[in-house]
Amino acid sequence: MLLIKCPYCGERSELEFSYGGQAHIVRPLIPSDITDEALTEYLYHRDNIKGVQAERWRHLHGCGRFFNAVRDTTTDHFQATYKIGEAQPASGAKSDG
Amino acid sequence: MADISEAPHTERYIFRGGEKACAEADMAFGMNLPREACHAKVTGERAALWLGPDEWLLLGNGFNVQLTALPYSQVDVSHRQIGIQLKGNHAADMLNIGCPLDLDDAIFTTGMCTRTVFGKAEIILWRQDVQTFHIEVWRSFGDYVRGLLAIAQKEYM
Repeated sequence: MLLIKCPYCGERSELEFSYGGQAHIVRPLIPSDITDEALTEYLYHRDNIKGVQAERWRHLHGCGRFFNAVRDTTTDHFQATYKIGEAQPASGAKSDG
Repeated sequence: MADISEAPHTERYIFRGGEKACAEADMAFGMNLPREACHAKVTGERAALWLGPDEWLLLGNGFNVQLTALPYSQVDVSHRQIGIQLKGNHAADMLNIGCPLDLDDAIFTTGMCTRTVFGKAEIILWRQDVQTFHIEVWRSFGDYVRGLLAIAQKEYM
């Protein structure tokens, strides 16, 4: 069973978590001031990287909190998890699987 | 084999609030809310269970007080969920039939609590003693959880 480390509760089974999409997407301060293309980019366009990407996850059946994770999408290996608001930790492009 | 029984009815609240509201709540409730992750605190007949960094489940009477430190929220969930007590040999093994937590008493020690899953139901699990667990579950899932525990019980007859 895959264990995911919640920054608040520690290592827990993947059954307790839900995926929350790409991380570090900044909401425009005044959406009406930006162009349609920029708003489309903000609302709909996501990276969908094959490899290491930063994602939001939620400890849904635990503390209920959102947090960020760096995960390799090819191996499903979690390289790091960290609280919302913290900077993304530096990581190598290659995962140890 | 552990016995499955209904826990005595009690008032229940979900309390959510930041540092300021918590500090005032500590005074108003006459007990400190546990700040350590996944730990419960018992004072007399009342208990406060840590659910999240700003969320607690309060069990017992005397929590129904108004605070001035806004914002905070306190929701009466007395009738939303029921308490099930599991007490006796193999209580942890019976839970592990549907719960992925490591329930070794050196890992999930006495006094720890957390929200987790049991089969398809979300539960709040609280270890009151090495062989005693308190389960809080939404009442519509009550029959399902009791049924699954009864199946687990047969394993250890």
